[in-house]
Amino acid sequence: MLILHCPYCGVDADETDLHAGGQAHLKREGPGSSDDAFEDYLFMRENPKGVHFERWRHVYGCGKWFHAARCTATLEVFGTYSAQTLEPPQDIKDKISGTRPGWSWGIFK
Amino acid sequence: MSNAVSALNGKVAPGEVTISDAGLRGMITLRGDLSDSKLKSVCTGLTGVDFPMPGHANCVGEKGLCWMSPDEMLILVPYAEVDAASELIANNLKKKHHLAENVSDARALILVEGDYARDVIAKLAPVDLHPDTFQPGRFRRTHLGQVAAAFWMRDADTIEVICFRSVADYTFNLLATSAKAGAVGHF
Repeated sequence: MLILHCPYCGVDADETDLHAGGQAHLKREGPGSSDDAFEDYLFMRENPKGVHFERWRHVYGCGKWFHAARCTATLEVFGTYSAQTLEPPQDIKDKISGTRPGWSWGIFK
Repeated sequence: MSNAVSALNGKVAPGEVTISDAGLRGMITLRGDLSDSKLKSVCTGLTGVDFPMPGHANCVGEKGLCWMSPDEMLILVPYAEVDAASELIANNLKKKHHLAENVSDARALILVEGDYARDVIAKLAPVDLHPDTFQPGRFRRTHLGQVAAAFWMRDADTIEVICFRSVADYTFNLLATSAKAGAVGHF
């Protein structure tokens, strides 16, 4: 069972309290972008066995969206952080580097 | 004027832990900047209780304040006073960006009273209800069985549960069944 700490209300929320929102840190390609970039934005997703960044919503609780960094293979949770950011905070990256040296995910490493 | 009744209309399931309809209660959802001093003073002025910390509820009698999310407060007042309270909020927060809505008739309030009231809830919600973690004053929005609900402890043996009116019957039966099945004895 996955338990994520909601950074907004401070509750350790069980998976059943949450709603999965798919991959985090997508960059929107809007009008004016190339067809290839738009296709990537719409359809191409990371599908790692290992470190992953996701969006979750505390749907039965405070209702806020947040980000989570976790490992898809072991279900280890590295941390959760605010949705008002464009990249994972340094302390979360450091924590991942501690147990998964040399990790990379999309443009982050 | 129609005669307002609560969804459960006084239903009671007696037992070692008694589940009962708490009747009508005035509830106002207030969204806005919870750090704003004007908003805080309106909330505390209406209810006569301290402004709660995140994850907490301060309730005395039929009045109280429940912390719902970083930008949402639930104001509890007696049912008869809810219109006056709505008006007072609208007048006082006229210049502040906010949303206040009377949701009294959209909700149901259920009391869980008895020795193992804690166990009755713990069986239904993914919440750590250990006495070291969840004490009177704490407030939690989560789900009971399959429906959204929120609860807080009035005292060591009494838990108040709020759910949507449309699922009041389900929630009542769920709590009554959990109570009837007895204590777990884990805490």
